[in-house]
Amino acid sequence: MRERKNVFNNIDWTLIILYLVLVLLGWVNIYAAVYNEEHKSIFDISQSYGKQMIWIASSLFLGLVILLTDARFFSTFAYIIYGLTIFSLVVVLAVGSEISGSKSWFQIGSFGLQPAEFAKFATNLALARFFSTQHINIKELKTRLIPLFLMGLPALLILLQNDTGSALVYGSFILVLYRMGLSGNFLLAGALVVVIALSTLMVGTVYVMILLVIFAIVLFFFMKRIKRNIINLVALLILGIGFTYSVEYAVENFLGDHQKTRINVLLGKELDLRGAGYNVNQSKIAIGSGGLVGKGFLNGTQTKYNFVPEQSTDFIFCTVGEEWGFLGTFVVISLFLALLIRIIMLAEKQRSDFSRVYGYGVAAILFFHFLINIGMTIGLVPVIGIPLPFFSYGGSSLWAFTILLFIFIKQDTNRNALL
Amino acid sequence: MANKSLASRKQTVIAIFLVVGLIFLIRLFYIQVIDESYTLSANNNVLRYVTQYPARGLIYDRNGKLLVYNEAVYDLMVIPMQVKEVDTTEFCKLLEITREGFIERMEKAKKYSKYKPSLFEKQISKETYGYIEEKMYRFPGFFVQPRTLRYYPKPIGAHLFGYVGEVTQGIIDKNPYYKSGDYIGISGIEKSYEDVLRGIKGMKIKMVDVHNREVGSFQNGRFDSAAIMGRDLYLSIDGDLQEYGEKLMQGKMGSVVAIEPSSGEILAFLSSPSYDPNLLVGRVRGKNFKLLDDDPVKPLLNRAMMGTYPPGSTFKMVNDLVGLQEGTLTLSTRYTCQGKSSSPIRCTHTHQSPLNVEVAIQQSCNPFHWQVFRAIINNSAKGSIRENYVTWRNHIMSLGFGHKLGTDLQYELSGNIPSAEKYDAIYGKGHWNSMTIRSLSIGQGEILVTPLQLANSAAVMANRGFYIVPHVISSIGEKGKKSDKFQKVVSTIDPAHFEIAVEGMRQVATLGTARWYQIEGITMCGKTGTAENPHGDDHSLFMAFAPADNPKIAIAVIIENAGFGSKWALPIASLMIEKYLTGTVKRLDVEEDMLNVKLYQ
Repeated sequence: MRERKNVFNNIDWTLIILYLVLVLLGWVNIYAAVYNEEHKSIFDISQSYGKQMIWIASSLFLGLVILLTDARFFSTFAYIIYGLTIFSLVVVLAVGSEISGSKSWFQIGSFGLQPAEFAKFATNLALARFFSTQHINIKELKTRLIPLFLMGLPALLILLQNDTGSALVYGSFILVLYRMGLSGNFLLAGALVVVIALSTLMVGTVYVMILLVIFAIVLFFFMKRIKRNIINLVALLILGIGFTYSVEYAVENFLGDHQKTRINVLLGKELDLRGAGYNVNQSKIAIGSGGLVGKGFLNGTQTKYNFVPEQSTDFIFCTVGEEWGFLGTFVVISLFLALLIRIIMLAEKQRSDFSRVYGYGVAAILFFHFLINIGMTIGLVPVIGIPLPFFSYGGSSLWAFTILLFIFIKQDTNRNALL
Repeated sequence: MANKSLASRKQTVIAIFLVVGLIFLIRLFYIQVIDESYTLSANNNVLRYVTQYPARGLIYDRNGKLLVYNEAVYDLMVIPMQVKEVDTTEFCKLLEITREGFIERMEKAKKYSKYKPSLFEKQISKETYGYIEEKMYRFPGFFVQPRTLRYYPKPIGAHLFGYVGEVTQGIIDKNPYYKSGDYIGISGIEKSYEDVLRGIKGMKIKMVDVHNREVGSFQNGRFDSAAIMGRDLYLSIDGDLQEYGEKLMQGKMGSVVAIEPSSGEILAFLSSPSYDPNLLVGRVRGKNFKLLDDDPVKPLLNRAMMGTYPPGSTFKMVNDLVGLQEGTLTLSTRYTCQGKSSSPIRCTHTHQSPLNVEVAIQQSCNPFHWQVFRAIINNSAKGSIRENYVTWRNHIMSLGFGHKLGTDLQYELSGNIPSAEKYDAIYGKGHWNSMTIRSLSIGQGEILVTPLQLANSAAVMANRGFYIVPHVISSIGEKGKKSDKFQKVVSTIDPAHFEIAVEGMRQVATLGTARWYQIEGITMCGKTGTAENPHGDDHSLFMAFAPADNPKIAIAVIIENAGFGSKWALPIASLMIEKYLTGTVKRLDVEEDMLNVKLYQ
């Protein structure tokens, strides 16, 4: 058994190194994205890149503090931290400042904080705490409803802030539930829902309904097991058709115009390169023009001359693609995959349920950001404004992701100690 | 523990991660490495190819006086692809165009190309540009391109200079140098010397940011090329003489052409009614062109080269020259004239009879010249009537009639000296003779000449037998280096015979029809003409050169439907000769009589 006090002996240095590399690459790319001829120094704190340096330094400090905190602190105070965060989400609705359409900021002098960013790890803590209690049986309705409530509450509050992107992040916890025993059918059903929804919007309700009927008939005649469950099949078919119809209805009646156009652009139904499609188009041009090895550091014309919007925050991946080419994007994607897989591997090794659930939560949140953010820059996912972890400019998100990750690193150092 | 089986779910989770990562990498590989169109789009975003239009060469007169120069204007260009939501109302107000006009222009531009700049509004004045420039940043996709337009300090020389216009698709298809929106000389000197005047276009590649602001040159201008201005032209035209001639011709329909006989250089070249060449420049060109084109007096017609007239009596000594050359006429040949009762052609003057060639020219005796013509054609010792006519015609044509002279201006007509074949066709072969075509002897009938040809014939007289192809260019690029590409054409008439004809012309000016308009200290040789015009009143003609012994100027004046040659064409020619040779006009009474007279409706 290792010495308990020396936390650094037990640290998983792979995670630390992956984290540092990502953060530093992010910093360099922010510098390139918003490079200002008059402020050439990357340390110039009047510029975004100078500010990001401060955020990185403070994040490292936060990380260190977490590593030096007692691991049990987080599981003990999980609900309290969660409660405080929920409270802050409510408060921000009342007194927060509105920045680009989202009322989600606490403005303190020139710095702003987004409680929504911190709600992610807080929710993760609460979920981990819930699943680490005794006598948990995922088959029980109560066991399913409580996590849904824990996830849903912050998501709802964030939705009220008009920050749809961040609210959707909470859906990523379905991966955690899956690991905790939720039937794989839910994942499958989730995927099916997405496929049916997308194809409904793409080819129209009628065709999808016809396809569903044909699919059901094929299943009925060719699969014996299903023949016996004809009632279930018919029920599912009706459910599917109902869903198809409701997707169209929902899009037509509940979505705002800009959300509708975003979806239409993604589906290729609208070619509005000036309006909603502009961002994605310019983003694809930026990445696509990078070629194999890129245009070189600080030579990206798309990002440098502001053709790409939000080039230091949500669209930071464009700078990577444009200036470093396919080699750059390959490296970044590999780093993220390595980080995610490493977290899952470590989580699986955890002896405490708390640490394992928390680890899965970390991976799920990071994966969701990775999926949505990079997906949108290359036109595979609708434009949903969420940052690329460790890369995008911004103090709240970097702090929040650092805390999220370092709590797991801290838990991991304790996995032997708890024996 | 149920956890055992659940632990295997990590593989599913990891598989999901890997699949997503793989999809991303495939997609990235496709758009970054395989699909080239994004690189192109990125370039189109930031690179703006700005054509550098050279200013056209300037045009000076023979004394170095500036006649044509350029003024800066701005073309508003648009790249449809880069146009974002525009405050159309404000934009239209800035440009003073309608909303429909805006939409129409955008559609046109989109049709041409979404990525390439096309002309949105041409030739915005300096003032409007200054106003728009400040607001340009709000209209991404639009930018201005400096151009130059012609400007004429004096409203003269419209037909001489011609005009400049935008290239048509036909021109673009034929000549790859020209691109849509380029300017090209369409007539006059602008067309003749287009290659010299246009200069060489340049290209600047600039980088712009998303707000359409220029952020610098592409690769420090490595691929840029500067525009090279067109070369200047020095004309043989005397600006003062041209201006004076246009002043005199105001209110008269017709033409004046003056040539320096020794060089063939055209000194004045004007057609009336004329127009201010500034009218056919820039945005007002289309509107004005239509107005001028619809004008019944045809101000756009270049009468100096495209107007053809019967030369009338100014043709008489030309006919005499053929007689002298063919030996059917000598200085001692005398023919009788019965005045008004002469047949087949009456004489309109009262004079001695019989008379010799010099007096016949001086008195413009019709019967005498008919008999000269008859002697040439009926000279059976030489050949048949047809053969003799062909000989006569060849001599006439060697004096610069009946064919294009090959001047350096565009759209010259050849006039008409009818061929024998033509008469065969009209009358039947062998069914025509000197009697049939007798009108030719006095410059009537089918004969048609242009004012340029008539002036050239005056130059031939002055040179006693030759002409240099008349031209308006003196030198290209710098003053003084004379062009030698205009050839000397020697007539088939012996120079000695010209002395007789010239003596007749001298007497015209001293004793004959032109004696009232002598110029103090200068001997002028000339010939008036009153050409019968089947379409209306007689044309007034005069051709002359001066001084008699060392000719500096040969001139032809034709005024349509103005009656006697001595009444209008002669005094105008005389004033112009005085103006050119002495620099001033002393006969203010004559000048007064000519100015401010309107001879046509």
